[in-house]
Amino acid sequence: MSNKKDYLDELEAEAIYILREVAGQFDRPALLFSGGKDSICLVHLALKAFRPGKFPFPLVHVDTGHNFEEAIVYRDNLAKKLDEKLIVRYVADTIKAKKLQDGKGKFPSRNGLQTYTLLDVIEEFEFDACIGGARRDEEKARAKERIFSVRDEFGQWDPKMQRPELWNIYNGKINKGENVRVFPISNWTELDVWNYIKRENIELPSIYFTHERECILTENGQLMNTNEFVTIDEKDIIVKKKVRYRTVGDMTCTAAVESEAYTVDDIIKELKEAKISERGATRMDDRVSEAAMEDRKKGGYF
Amino acid sequence: MDLLRFFTAGNVDDGKSTLIGRLLYDSNSISTDIIETLTRQSKTTGVNTEIDLALLTDGLRAEREQGITIDVAYKYFSTEKRKFIIADTPGHIQYTRNMFTGASNANLAIILVDARNGITDQTKRHSIISAILGIPHILVCINKMDLVNYSEEAYKQIEKDYLTFAQQLHLKDISFIPAIALAGDNVVTQSDKMPWYKGKPLLEFLETIEIAETKQTELSRFQVQYVIRPQTDELHDYRGFAGRVVSGTYQKGQKVTVLPSCIETTIDKIEVNQQEVNIAETNTPVVLHLKDDVDISRGNSIVPTEHLPRTEKEITATICWMDNAAYIPGQKILLQQNSFRTKALVKEVISKVDIHSFKALESDGAMKLNDICKVLIKTAEPVSFDSYSDNRNSGSFILINENTNNTIAAGTID
Repeated sequence: MSNKKDYLDELEAEAIYILREVAGQFDRPALLFSGGKDSICLVHLALKAFRPGKFPFPLVHVDTGHNFEEAIVYRDNLAKKLDEKLIVRYVADTIKAKKLQDGKGKFPSRNGLQTYTLLDVIEEFEFDACIGGARRDEEKARAKERIFSVRDEFGQWDPKMQRPELWNIYNGKINKGENVRVFPISNWTELDVWNYIKRENIELPSIYFTHERECILTENGQLMNTNEFVTIDEKDIIVKKKVRYRTVGDMTCTAAVESEAYTVDDIIKELKEAKISERGATRMDDRVSEAAMEDRKKGGYF
Repeated sequence: MDLLRFFTAGNVDDGKSTLIGRLLYDSNSISTDIIETLTRQSKTTGVNTEIDLALLTDGLRAEREQGITIDVAYKYFSTEKRKFIIADTPGHIQYTRNMFTGASNANLAIILVDARNGITDQTKRHSIISAILGIPHILVCINKMDLVNYSEEAYKQIEKDYLTFAQQLHLKDISFIPAIALAGDNVVTQSDKMPWYKGKPLLEFLETIEIAETKQTELSRFQVQYVIRPQTDELHDYRGFAGRVVSGTYQKGQKVTVLPSCIETTIDKIEVNQQEVNIAETNTPVVLHLKDDVDISRGNSIVPTEHLPRTEKEITATICWMDNAAYIPGQKILLQQNSFRTKALVKEVISKVDIHSFKALESDGAMKLNDICKVLIKTAEPVSFDSYSDNRNSGSFILINENTNNTIAAGTID
């Protein structure tokens, strides 16, 4: 609550405090790592929280099979460089084992399907806490979620039954079978994340920066990467543009944005001028309905 | 650039969500796609002809359906001068616990008053909660001034009434702003309809207020969150106590006492992000190393020997009961103060705070949802604490139900 320091110091201190609370309160925590900027920041914060010790949790990635190559390479290199444990589980395996219906349509999304794999990996390793990089500024339902968010044994979030969360006191007590999702950077905005990346000189996958890419220009003006998973129709307008990604999600449901940003400084400048929100710019899945995220979270989604 | 955390108290009827929406909208903090969604939604719900700004903050389906705020929503925006975190808290009495939650971390409260109604029971309740939680700055925003013909007298009367009521609360810093959230008067830009108001509009006020340092800077406090022991060949004897400097400062060579064991020792080394430092300021995440090999575990306090907190097994505190189930006398509970947890018992409900007059009422021993009571708590392990009015960190705690694991109460220590 001091005002002497910069706000980034305050946000950093809060996140490190939360990570150490996870280490202190849980027996088998995990850090969900996607190769995106938010989870990369979490890893950076974990280094500050626990070095020279090892992380008290493995990095866990639910791989949809639709990920960008650059994010996967980054993920593997990072785990190797830090000498930390990385657990990867594949949505494709879950689809096979559970005989699930794979994503269909022009842009076949596995976004909903990854919930199954996530719940399976939680059960397999009996994780009692999963740390994630979600932020409250991303979406209205997330704005309501606690930093320690208790999920029942089906992974469900009940927005009306949330535990009060006061001061810096986090109640991570749960019954067997339940788990807690923990969001240390809840109070960060997209711009805060980028300012932090700049200050800490954090390396990122290259797709965050501008590059030339072949894309389908969709009816509502979004730029979707052409790739093996997307069906290209004759009437599709294919364009080659200088683009970057604001979020690194699945190739099938994450749109690129036109950009001239070669550096982190350029990105910060673009964001300050940007007039469209991060999820609005890049996520097809949130456009479905007003309560899309609330419903997915109730079902066990991150 | 620094950070101001504030919360807003009031009903949708008072224009609370509209005020926040207006603040975000006029400070260009809302993206175009979100405005589009809102325009679409506002047409469906049909509350307003233009954009219904309240829809910005009411994030849950049930809230949009009922037109009320049920839970705290956090909103973020920044200007060139400051970054802001808003906890938008519900105003209805049945959501007092949510308000407690949103207010606990705030440095400033915006209390909304409908100019037509003046000071209501609700205004009093919100102010009392702010007083209990020791919010350093109170801003009373007198809204809907257009509905009282921009009358300076009406404004002055409310100001006077409020100050008379607030005397007993010992609030430290109270300010007033007349506004019209719906139209934006005195929110981001100065209103031309109330030339008699010479103060700042809301945003400028928030940007420039000097955030009061709470007293906690004087007392150095640190609690162990986690013990770092790499146990590698290289760092065989490394044993560092990870935690945050809650308040005050810690220095290399400082004489400290470990509580509750009362063992005295000296700080041998302070690390911040693996770099050795001589001094660590408030709110810094550190790893402390001590001269002597003492038995220390999570939840123990390391404090300056000359300024010890009280360490006792009985504490008197004001608690807000937050569980749907009423308190059962003799019920076994856990008390958590930051990283420290112990079994506990509410030994006595001493009195109940009247939420509209701040008077201590005689207690019948019962405690139910949203009740604020003064209690005597007995703990299994000794707790090291300060009075909440001296230190918001070491003077606060939550109570947890051992069966359901729910957070059932929040307390501030006398």
